[in-house]
Amino acid sequence: MKYPTKIIHGGVDRDPFTGASSIPIYQVSTFAQKDPETFGDYEYARGDNPTRAALEQNIALLEGGARGLAFASGMAAISSVLLLFRPGDHLVVGEDIYGGTYRILTSLFERWGLESTFVDSTDLDALRDAIRPETKAILVETPSNPTLKITDLAAVAAMAREKGLLTITDNTFMTPCLQRPLELGFDIVVHSATKFLGGHSDLIAGLAVTKDRELGRKLRFIQVAFGAILGPMDSWLVLRGVKTLGARMEAQQKSAELIANWLTGVRDVRRVYYPSLAGREGREIHRRQASGWGAVVSFELSSARRAKALLRSVKLPLMAVSLGGVESILSYPATMSHASMPPAERKRRGITDALVRLSVGLEAAEDIMEDLERALKKASGRSDRNRKQG
Amino acid sequence: MKIETELAQAGSRWDERTGAVSMPVYHAATFRHPGLGQTTGFDYSRTSNPTRLALEETMARLDGGHRAFAFASGLAAIDCVMRLFKRGDRIVATEDLYGGSFRLFEKVYRDHGIEVAYADTSNTRKTLNALNGAVRGVFLEVPTNPLLRIADVKAIAAEARKRGILTIVDNTFLTPCLMRPLELGADLAVCSATKYLGGHNDVLGGVVTAGTPELSGRIAFFQNAVGAVLGPQDSWLLLRGLKTLSVRMERQQKNAAVLARWLSRHPRVRKVHYPGLAGHRGRLCLGRQAGGFGAMISIEVEDPAMVPRILAGVRVFLFAESLGGVESLITFPAVQTHADMNEEIRERLGIHDRLLRLSVGLENAEDLIVDLDAALSL
Repeated sequence: MKYPTKIIHGGVDRDPFTGASSIPIYQVSTFAQKDPETFGDYEYARGDNPTRAALEQNIALLEGGARGLAFASGMAAISSVLLLFRPGDHLVVGEDIYGGTYRILTSLFERWGLESTFVDSTDLDALRDAIRPETKAILVETPSNPTLKITDLAAVAAMAREKGLLTITDNTFMTPCLQRPLELGFDIVVHSATKFLGGHSDLIAGLAVTKDRELGRKLRFIQVAFGAILGPMDSWLVLRGVKTLGARMEAQQKSAELIANWLTGVRDVRRVYYPSLAGREGREIHRRQASGWGAVVSFELSSARRAKALLRSVKLPLMAVSLGGVESILSYPATMSHASMPPAERKRRGITDALVRLSVGLEAAEDIMEDLERALKKASGRSDRNRKQG
Repeated sequence: MKIETELAQAGSRWDERTGAVSMPVYHAATFRHPGLGQTTGFDYSRTSNPTRLALEETMARLDGGHRAFAFASGLAAIDCVMRLFKRGDRIVATEDLYGGSFRLFEKVYRDHGIEVAYADTSNTRKTLNALNGAVRGVFLEVPTNPLLRIADVKAIAAEARKRGILTIVDNTFLTPCLMRPLELGADLAVCSATKYLGGHNDVLGGVVTAGTPELSGRIAFFQNAVGAVLGPQDSWLLLRGLKTLSVRMERQQKNAAVLARWLSRHPRVRKVHYPGLAGHRGRLCLGRQAGGFGAMISIEVEDPAMVPRILAGVRVFLFAESLGGVESLITFPAVQTHADMNEEIRERLGIHDRLLRLSVGLENAEDLIVDLDAALSL
């Protein structure tokens, strides 16, 4: 079965009882049992819910893993994965990780004795050098958020395997539609399903997929015991979103590439971050490990003032946190996705106050470019006038 | 603004207070009045509900109409349009019409004294000849269900208007993404939103779009007075479906074109009805009035004995009634969608025991071909 067909029929395209073409929403907390000693497949909905199970089965199939698990948010998924470790363990983490992940690692898990060292994960030697005797895992994101740096997944996985470490990656930006890290040797994939998988900016959800059954069993224990599960309605909405994932990703990344190319020639835009652009480091690695460039473009303006003015004057992209929806979203990493990272750390990663991140949606690319062009003109006009006024 | 942009951001800017980019689901029956004789614009959800309104406003913009109205099903939408007519009025309708519309006309409205005459609306001359006497409305399905014949909406609507006859187009198969009947001169467009507009086989709904304030006023009156309105949760799901309408249509009709070409060369398929195929009678006409040929195909297989085997043998296609969703469906019109049409009419029209209807979904086209090929060889 080809990938677009898998997305539609990922084993969950009909209800076995009625043939309903949409999986039912089991809005239920508990399941009546027939016997006090032997329970049926479903017992209590924190443990298992048929709607959530359909989504979990679906994502496992799409990522090519043994076990999929659904959580209340992307952070709940990552946090639950991090509970696999114990005090005294150490992680090597790509420094360009999502701000929320950085925050729990440095302000929550560190308190409980799980230490992390942040390194540039595009540099395999740097990753290797950070490994200590107590290191248990490597956690990376590629493309990274928001500067879209590329990490070589197969190389990291091979190195980790040699050292006996687990490998975890956040595949939110790509989705399994474009990149399947488990096939490249990774052990665990996590997602903020709020983004491209859900795709409509109308729910919060997280997913994790393990490559093997044993790891899946451990993570499932955490899911049930810790309980940060995804509810049935949201599980159903993610499943519904996944049905159009292929079509959305294709259209959105086509527009993103057009917009990224166009931005490179726009005055006032100092730098454009998009994996396909000529000269971008990691371009070839990304081409090897993924089947598309994705739909997120970051770009840096000539000043922080212009960036803020642009954010204030765009009309089409919604100025908001988040990404991956059908509507384009322009965000400001410095005060949004990466606000929880100290300014010095941000700066070191190239997340300057002049950087904006555009998640390209399903609108016509011409409409987005027209709006950006108008807003950019307005942004530079205003700052010029301000300068004249002193 | 292009249609893709309109669709992607449907309802995204409604909530000023919180900035929520998804339209809230207003599960409210009633609305508190600010004071005596004052209204927030919403009084009671049968009359108007914010979530339903967001959907209705989006549809009105897509159709280029004055206002749109959402109903509990496609048939509830058609029923509302029928209420514009009165006892003694006559209507001319497409003869190979959706069976549910046929049933509504014959078994409900005939008893109320509204008589529907049927014509081959792909024949403009015949259709115009039928627009006489007490005829007050012409109801066109384009393309028709299931034979995919094409009526010339522009020519028929122009002549109907001269004679004071309302033109209503059931646009379920193409959606405003591919064809906008009001721009072609029709007075009203209806859609079963259950199909492409919703697009996920998980919600029932119907939409009427009216071209003028006068017609809007009358439809609004009936919508409220009769009350077959769409609920807020389903309105929201439809709105969510609309966001991907354009990409879905594009891909699905691309798949359909590939499939239709392949089927037309299949030795066990006697005839393929698809308006995009060279040699289809309505191809040029549809090419003029629509931005695409849609994703519906009907096929005539060699032998009626193949039908049960195909329906039981498909693995990717779902054997189910309905159409327009992301999943490909296969339907047997003679016993499913058109069961209420008498056999004699069905036979004459060609809705016989060898005809199967395919709604082509978002799957990979090659997988669909492999699936059908296997089922056709059983």
